[in-house]
Amino acid sequence: MDITVEVKDITSGVEVWVKGEIDAYTAPKLSETLYPLSKREGIVMIVDLTEVSYMDSTGLGVFVGLFKSVRAHNGVFTLVGLSERLQRLFDITGLADIIDIKSHAEGGVE
Amino acid sequence: MAYRENMKNKYREALSTYLRDQTEQALYQGQKISKKSIEHNIAPEEIINIHKNILMDVYPGTPGEVLDSLDFLLEVMMGYGFAYREHQSLRHIQQELKTEIEIAANVQSTLLETTIPNVDGLEIGALSVPARQMSGDYYHFVQDEKKHIGVAIADVIGKGIPAALCMSMIKYAMDSLPEHRHNPSSVLESLNRVVEQNVDPSMFITMFYGLYNPENHLFSYSAAGHEPGFYYESATKGFTDLTAKGLLLGVDKKTKYMQYEKKVEPGDMIILLSDGVTECRTSEGFIERETLIEFIQQNIHLHAQDIVNRLFKQLEKMQHFQLRDDFTLLILKRDV
Repeated sequence: MDITVEVKDITSGVEVWVKGEIDAYTAPKLSETLYPLSKREGIVMIVDLTEVSYMDSTGLGVFVGLFKSVRAHNGVFTLVGLSERLQRLFDITGLADIIDIKSHAEGGVE
Repeated sequence: MAYRENMKNKYREALSTYLRDQTEQALYQGQKISKKSIEHNIAPEEIINIHKNILMDVYPGTPGEVLDSLDFLLEVMMGYGFAYREHQSLRHIQQELKTEIEIAANVQSTLLETTIPNVDGLEIGALSVPARQMSGDYYHFVQDEKKHIGVAIADVIGKGIPAALCMSMIKYAMDSLPEHRHNPSSVLESLNRVVEQNVDPSMFITMFYGLYNPENHLFSYSAAGHEPGFYYESATKGFTDLTAKGLLLGVDKKTKYMQYEKKVEPGDMIILLSDGVTECRTSEGFIERETLIEFIQQNIHLHAQDIVNRLFKQLEKMQHFQLRDDFTLLILKRDV
């Protein structure tokens, strides 16, 4: 199973759509695409995970790394469209308390 | 060299027979020569050369064009010869790496070795199985001078060798904690600082740490982003999630951890696990926590170690004996 990572520029930063399964095999593609962007000063990065059917802890590692990198460069990192399973993963790890997670209704990616 | 001479003779024999009768038997001889030649590192172009010389010998009347075409073929096969020798050398390197990893895995299991303490009135069961050669899961028991039992279960986010190296560091950080600092919340706070400072920024650790007091049967615990375990209450025969809130180790060095407490009654059980247990994927989807509870319930009358073993066997079977993630399960059961 592969993933696709689609990046669209918006005025203040980027909107990202991820599709597929995020695991040890596909996570490198995700981080290779997004890490360089996370280092732009003051970037707003919104990542939509609506079409992510599965994510293991490797994927979690990528998002924590991105979050830390965006924060270190005074940016804003937001996750949108988490399935119940993904939401639980972020809740258990305590990440939901420090990473901005929004539902579609609250805005973010259309 | 002895093989080459011998092989030339066999080749001559097989080729002459085949040119005369076209028998299956001669073709079979050809296959045997091919296998042997691979074993003795004879390159494909060298075989063509041998073929040409024997042909000239056996059929002196072979047209010049045929012989020239063999020289041409020999050039073409040269590339294959190089590729083959490269393949051989890579195979050799791979074999070396495999041996090194095997040794590293042994070193790791020695480094991370833990003894399950013998405690009156408490049964302890533990099992940890890596998905690959080296595990990113870890569990550890310590008994302090007051006979309190510390139990840790941890999972490095990431798999394979990097995760395993990281785990060894955690074990040493834990061993060097001062004796009086075995409160679960302070253990996690200390380890969090170690991980935050020393580990790659994209590597994180989840951990559950508990401390069991065998005198008053109080179990205090804290967790850093770890998959919640279960608590079995013997009085109600019910299972609840052993939830403890807390951030993963290594994200933020100022993180504080909450400490929780539970009075363990006779027959009660504390079940701790890694996400390899709950993230177990079968052909029908993920295994649900309810299914795990059912499995435990079926075996609840057994010794803690047997419950652990049975549960692993059942999950292994459901995954067709192919673990996708490291598996670790610990059970502490107070005697009735």
